[in-house]
Amino acid sequence: MVILAKAFTDGRRYWLWIASLLCVILASFLCYVLQLRHGLAVTGLSRDVSWGLYIAQFTFFVGVAASAVMVILPYYLHDYRQFGRITLLGELLAVAAVTMCILFIFVDLGQPTRVFNIVLHPQPKSVMFWDMIALSGYLLMNAVIAAVTLTAQREHVPVPGWIKPVILVSIPWAISIHTVTAFLYSGLSGRPYWLTAVLAPRFLASAFASGPALLILLCLALRKLSGFDAGRDAIQKLAVIVTYALAINIFLILAEVFTAFYSGIPAHEEHFKYLFIGIDGDHRLVPWMWLSVLLSWVALALLLVPKWRSNIRLLTMACLCIFASIWLDKGLGLMVGGFVPSPLGAVTRYVPTLTESAIVLGIWASGALMITVFYKIALSLWKED
Amino acid sequence: MAIDLQKCRQKDGCDHCIKACHSTHNVPQFADRAREVKWIWKEPFKNVFPAAQNGYTRAFFGDLPVMLACNHCDDPPCVGVCPVDATWKRENGVVTIDFHRCIGCRYCMAACPYGTRSFNWQDPRPAIANVNPDFPTRTQGVVEKCNFCEERLAKGQGPACAESCEEKAIVFGDLARPDSEVRQLLRSRFAVQRKPELGTGPAIYYIV
Repeated sequence: MVILAKAFTDGRRYWLWIASLLCVILASFLCYVLQLRHGLAVTGLSRDVSWGLYIAQFTFFVGVAASAVMVILPYYLHDYRQFGRITLLGELLAVAAVTMCILFIFVDLGQPTRVFNIVLHPQPKSVMFWDMIALSGYLLMNAVIAAVTLTAQREHVPVPGWIKPVILVSIPWAISIHTVTAFLYSGLSGRPYWLTAVLAPRFLASAFASGPALLILLCLALRKLSGFDAGRDAIQKLAVIVTYALAINIFLILAEVFTAFYSGIPAHEEHFKYLFIGIDGDHRLVPWMWLSVLLSWVALALLLVPKWRSNIRLLTMACLCIFASIWLDKGLGLMVGGFVPSPLGAVTRYVPTLTESAIVLGIWASGALMITVFYKIALSLWKED
Repeated sequence: MAIDLQKCRQKDGCDHCIKACHSTHNVPQFADRAREVKWIWKEPFKNVFPAAQNGYTRAFFGDLPVMLACNHCDDPPCVGVCPVDATWKRENGVVTIDFHRCIGCRYCMAACPYGTRSFNWQDPRPAIANVNPDFPTRTQGVVEKCNFCEERLAKGQGPACAESCEEKAIVFGDLARPDSEVRQLLRSRFAVQRKPELGTGPAIYYIV
């Protein structure tokens, strides 16, 4: 409670931000009520493209959540001290991201009142069952680790010994959440775009690029807004991690493209063609997919040159490029590309509706609200020191 | 089930089986193709069997209509993925859905390699012209598909689609019994399944 009180002590700018987030959340909630009444017909989804923005956002934010391991691992396993404070920020980001994931799954359900059937009639044969275990376990672990660390810092005592094994377990667990999420898709025989062993590694690589990129952006924002400095070394180290992850991600995408096009199997080529060239006169996603490619190459160029990478302005730009690029690739292309063309060769357009987008925006706003409150608490503790 | 494609296309534009099925099972009729709900329907040959054609035959066979429905696979991918056990395979081989347990996550739709599952994007009841009181209507937010007329099989009747077909193009029977009509047919005529290479073991055979 003492810790929670820290979240509620600041000036006008802070409250204005909180109030506007709450307004967005409220508006989004009203849209959700509309969806509850009229069904998922209020979305742009269809018989052929039966998952869209909601499930795509879920996938993207599982990646953001998993990426906390990129600060936890160096700090706890390699004793990389510079990551001390940034690690806590990473864990808190994971808590917010997993919560968003759960919300995205929830709003996607056709019968949300029956959600507890997942607990009442569990089906271990379903990957979704394992994803639920992976995500809830990860949420719990990160929440406990962050709370325990914060409490210890407030009382100026070392963290209790029992938390160490929890932290160690959370490392492979972070890898597992995104692996299991990839298995949701890569185990489906009828969807050639997802039916690839590279999907899980690709998910991890793109997560370890986009998540730490977001963390860098958050740290830079914190420095502007509150004067908290995560430390130059820590930010630069994170930037190196992002560079490697981004390069690996680009490599894996190219490996995928090679296999599809050199083998020439039509079912494998079609989805890439739909996304990058367009088929049957539908080219809607083409500019977005190429924008994603362009952004990731620009970011890679900016990050590869040490002089550019250490320039805060260029680093910010690179991180923004990566976040946008991977959001387009994972949050848009992955889902629509997997469903189009359909098993019967149909090219069905999917355009998210306003209602659907507003619901997504509301979940983003609740994520931002969580991050604001969490970081506020952490920062005010550190300020007292 | 075996479908004789030649007999099936004897009468142009015939849709007796579709009408029989959809009125028996209270399947709603929506004008919007993207949101439609369907248990049995026609699709051009080239889309149903994309691998079973070449540049020379496509022009002649590509656009011929083929009847589609749930394949009631031996090893159905849709059943494995359901997180709440709302769809399962009965001992008689029918893949069925519990409309009261389905949470509407649509994982089964993503998993079905045949595109045979439909989702109720909106309340289906206003879109049913004449409600058949002997079969339940569905609510919005659940998945549905062909049930091989299990409610009729229980009463010793054949599926509505097979019985409504004047050309007798649809032959239904127990594939496990070697002396059944459908097995005899499969011994005498060449038949193919949709995407057998996926290992799902579809129970609908197309006699070509």
